[in-house]
Amino acid sequence: MNVLTDNFALYGKGFLGTVELTVYASLVALVLGFLMASFRVAPVGSFRVFGTVWVTILRNTPLTLLFFAVLLGLPRFGLVLPFQLFAVLALGCYTSAFICEALRSGINTVPKGQGEAARSLGMSFGQTLGTVVLPQAFRSVIPPIGSTLIALAKNSAIAGAFSVTELLGTYKTLNELGYSIIWTFLWIAVGYLIITLSISALFNVLEKRYGVAR
Amino acid sequence: MTAHALHGDLESTALYDLPGPRARRRHFFYGIASTAVILGLIGWLLYLLFDTEQFTAAKWTPFEYKGIQELLLKGLWNTLKAFAYASVFSLVLGAVLATGRLSLHRPVRWLSTLCVEFFRAMPVLVMIFFIFVALKVQPLPALVAGLTLYNGSVLAEVFRTGINSVEKGQREAAYALGMRKTQVMTYVLAPQGVRAMLPTIISQLVVALKDTSLGYLITYEEFLHAGKLIASNLDYDLPFIPVVMIISPIYIGMCMLLSWFATWVARRERRSPKTKAVDIDIEAAGPGAVLPGRI
Repeated sequence: MNVLTDNFALYGKGFLGTVELTVYASLVALVLGFLMASFRVAPVGSFRVFGTVWVTILRNTPLTLLFFAVLLGLPRFGLVLPFQLFAVLALGCYTSAFICEALRSGINTVPKGQGEAARSLGMSFGQTLGTVVLPQAFRSVIPPIGSTLIALAKNSAIAGAFSVTELLGTYKTLNELGYSIIWTFLWIAVGYLIITLSISALFNVLEKRYGVAR
Repeated sequence: MTAHALHGDLESTALYDLPGPRARRRHFFYGIASTAVILGLIGWLLYLLFDTEQFTAAKWTPFEYKGIQELLLKGLWNTLKAFAYASVFSLVLGAVLATGRLSLHRPVRWLSTLCVEFFRAMPVLVMIFFIFVALKVQPLPALVAGLTLYNGSVLAEVFRTGINSVEKGQREAAYALGMRKTQVMTYVLAPQGVRAMLPTIISQLVVALKDTSLGYLITYEEFLHAGKLIASNLDYDLPFIPVVMIISPIYIGMCMLLSWFATWVARRERRSPKTKAVDIDIEAAGPGAVLPGRI
């Protein structure tokens, strides 16, 4: 029990590390996922191919391999960035593939007439997508995006194993200090539960407010 | 080429009209421009690779040695071994937990619900580390146990959704024929439920295959671990990039094969008159799913 009270600062640092990683990576994933989803439904073939390749490769890459390639490979390549930033990029790109697929299935739920109406008003592809279809698609894919972001928060533990400061990483220090391992892990588990349940609650609120039943 | 072949399933989104001659010319121009940008990026990447001497002989010679090839093959074999154990055990655990959640006895139901919700909410790596560090289990059993607990709980929800998707009349008819609870489940509900959920089950196995690479973090000697051993060798000038170039296509290829298999099964199911296609994501498993699964 006193593992937590004795090392509140360390736990706090790890917890904040996980939260930061999750927030920044979510932003990267949402922006890239949005971009890739637009690519995948674009009228130009090469955009569609690019989006498809991006999603297919990233969805089938083990995240550990991606971290290995980005955190250990890229520096050998002459690209030296802070570890934290590398981790955000890896997590963000990986998750963007899942966000893209969620959004794309959302686009399919928007009735065809909406797009036709937008076009008959003289809107271009970009306008139709950006002002008519995507805002509605977003509303119908709030739950799957929520679960994707929860998965992202959980996946961020891998970054800790690659020595980025976050929650799981705290176990190493506490283990060396000789604290009970079971209690150490229990509090780590509680930390992750707090994060995942908060995201879940946030998305429940969002869904109640903005979700649409189709 | 017909308009339909040109646009495929995109036609249904109605985001744009069938392009006329002017639009087609414009799209052709966009296509050329974007291809040029992509080729430029690839060229820049290649330049960087050559510039940092990733293609020097020293970095690629290790792959010619038999010992190194055997090391990689052994790693691949260990990855597949962990995957095989993890998938069999998670299917079993999933079946057990799903039976528990569908049980008529309240304590059993609560206990299995608690298990499912807890193991789905935890990062799989935390469970693996806990088993490896706190319970002092060997790397392979620790990895398999962690993967089993996580994927088993997700599969339990998949099985449950599948069984609930079987029409109510089937169950009623089976009871009317005088079947017992177990008989109804094993002869009527489970075969139909599993068939409807087969694509989702295979997709979850892709997750298990991807996650075997977590064994690298607990020193299990799997594929990525073998790669790391080669990559951190000073004699070969630290060939990190060549190792990534060799390992990633194999990993991605294995996962893609399994994903394609899932898609193929799904397409076959949709055509089959015997089953109603069930397009349910694990994520959309209903209001019971408080904490959705990992991807």
